Amino acid sequence: MKPAFSVIFLTTLIGAGQGLFLALFTHQLYALFGLLPMQSDAFYGYGSVIVLLLLAGGLVASFFHLGRPERAWRAASQWRTSWLSREVIALPAFMGVAFLFGTSHLFGIRPEIVTLPGGFVVDLSLLLGATGTLLAFSLFVCTAMIYACLRFLREWHSPLTVINYILMGGASGFVLAAFYATYAAPTEADFFAGWAIIITLLAFVGRLASLWRNARLKPTSTIQTAIGVKHPRISQRSMGLMGGSFNTRDFFHGKSEAFLRTIKPGFLLLAFVLPLALLAIGLSSPVVLGFAFILQYLGLLAERWFFFAQANHPQNLYYQTIG
Amino acid sequence: MTQLALVIDLNVCVGCHACVTSCKEWNTSGSAGPLCDERPYDENPTGTFFNRVQTYEIGTFPNSETLHFPKSCLHCEDPPCVPVCPTGASYKRKEDGIVLVDYDKCIGCKYCSWACPYGVREFDEERKVMTKCTLCVDRIYDMSMPEADRKPSCVKACPTSARLFGDIHDPESAVSQAIREDGGYALMPEWGTHPSNHYLPRRKTKVKIHEDELERADNPLKLDQQLPKPDKDQSTMDDVSAW
Repeated sequence: MKPAFSVIFLTTLIGAGQGLFLALFTHQLYALFGLLPMQSDAFYGYGSVIVLLLLAGGLVASFFHLGRPERAWRAASQWRTSWLSREVIALPAFMGVAFLFGTSHLFGIRPEIVTLPGGFVVDLSLLLGATGTLLAFSLFVCTAMIYACLRFLREWHSPLTVINYILMGGASGFVLAAFYATYAAPTEADFFAGWAIIITLLAFVGRLASLWRNARLKPTSTIQTAIGVKHPRISQRSMGLMGGSFNTRDFFHGKSEAFLRTIKPGFLLLAFVLPLALLAIGLSSPVVLGFAFILQYLGLLAERWFFFAQANHPQNLYYQTIG
Repeated sequence: MTQLALVIDLNVCVGCHACVTSCKEWNTSGSAGPLCDERPYDENPTGTFFNRVQTYEIGTFPNSETLHFPKSCLHCEDPPCVPVCPTGASYKRKEDGIVLVDYDKCIGCKYCSWACPYGVREFDEERKVMTKCTLCVDRIYDMSMPEADRKPSCVKACPTSARLFGDIHDPESAVSQAIREDGGYALMPEWGTHPSNHYLPRRKTKVKIHEDELERADNPLKLDQQLPKPDKDQSTMDDVSAW
C-alpha cells in the first residue's frame, strides 16, 4: 500500500496521547492505594492538556486524508459495521473524557463518589480516568481493527496488529510521561521510565513477532486465481492503460526493495533499541528522556510507514506491466 | 431476488477496448457527473475509468496464448467494500444487487478501495469521491429507451457479443445458462466475496458435421432425396456437395 502521511501522523499522535493518558491515570491509581505519593492536581491536569494537544493534532492530520472533509460528520453513522466509523466515534469521545479528566483536576472539581473499604476515596476524577482508560483502549482497538479486519491484506490481518498498536502507543505515551514528570514531578520520573522500559520491550517483541510472521506469509491470491486461468506460466502483457491510474498510484509504496530493507532495521533501532538504551542510562534526566521520546516518535513514524508499505494488496496482481 | 451481472466470454473477447471507451463515454456524460481526465492531451495523462481490458500471455512462446481480460466491478454478492464504508455511501441495492456509491455521501477516505481485492474502485481526483461501475443503472431502467438498448453500454458496444447481461439468480436467464453450460467461473474465489460477474473460459470451438446431418440416415418414407451430385465441371451451390 502507499503510506499516507495523514494516517501515519494520525495513528502515531493519538497513540502517544492515549499512552500518556494511560500513564497519568496509572499513576493516580497507584497513588490512590498509597503505593506512590499523590501528586498535585496540576500534574494530572496539565498532563491532560498535552494528551488533548496530541489527540487534536491527530484529528487535524486525519482530515488531510479525506477528499471531502466537509462531510466528515457522516462518518459516524455506520458504527454497526465499520471500524473506521467506530474510530470516528471513539476519538472524540475519548477527547471529551480526557478534557473532563483534566478539568476536574485543574479546577478541583472532585466530588467524592464512593469510599471503598479501607478508606480509599473514589472521586469524580478517578471515575473519569477509569472511563477514559476504557475509551483509550477502545480507540486503540478501533484504530488497529481498521487494518486488521481487511482479510486479504494478510500482513495486517492478525491479532498482532491490535496488540502492537496498543503496545507502541503505550510505549511512546509512557516515555513522554517520564519526560513530562522530570519537570512536573521529578520524583515520579523513575516510575514512568520503568514502565516505559517494560512496555517498549513488549512492543519490540510484538513488532518482531509480526515481522517474523509477515516474512513467512505465502500469498493466497495468485495471478492464476486473479484471472481464473490454471496455467503455471502467465504473464501480463498490458494492464490496459499507459498513463497510470488510481490503481497504480495508491496501492504501491513506490520505493525500491533496498529502501524497504534499510527502513526496517532503521525503525527497529529508532523506535525500540535506542529509546531502551536511553531510558536505561538516563533515568530522570530531562534531556535524555526528551531525546528518547523524540527518537522513538521518529522511529514510530518510520514503523508506521513500513507497516503500510509492507502490505501487499492483491489488486496489484492486475497491475504489473504497462505494455 | 434479482442479481444483475455481466458474464464475459473470454473465448470471444478480441481485446478491442470498445467496452472501455463506450463505458467512459456513457458514464462521463450522465447525470451523476463527469469522470475526470487529468492532462488528457499532455504528458502523463490519467483519468477515471470503470472498465479496463487487460492482456495476458499464457504459456511460453511459441506455445503461448493471448488472453484479453476485461475487468470492471464484479458486483459481489457479499461485497467487502460495503460494510467498511463509514458513511454508508457504499451500498448494495436490495432490488437488483448492484453495488453503488452515493457520491453525495462519500467523504473520499478510500477505505473501500483498500477493502476490494479486485482493484475496481477508482478515486476521482477532481470530484474527490470514490467512483465505480454502476452497471449503467441510469440506462438499464430508462423507459424512454427501446427495450433492446436497456443494457449496460459496454454490452451494447461489444462487437463480438463477448459480454452478456442479465439476472444470474434466474436459472432460465441467458447468463445463468452460459455460466452453467460453458464453465462460468468467478475471480479470486478464495476470499468468499461471491462475485456476481462471471467469466467464461477459453475453450476449443470445433464444428463437426456428421454425414447424417447432411443426408438423413433414417429416411422412413423415402421422401428425402439424395443430395445432388453435379458433374465435375459443373459449379455447385454449396461446398458440401462438391467433389
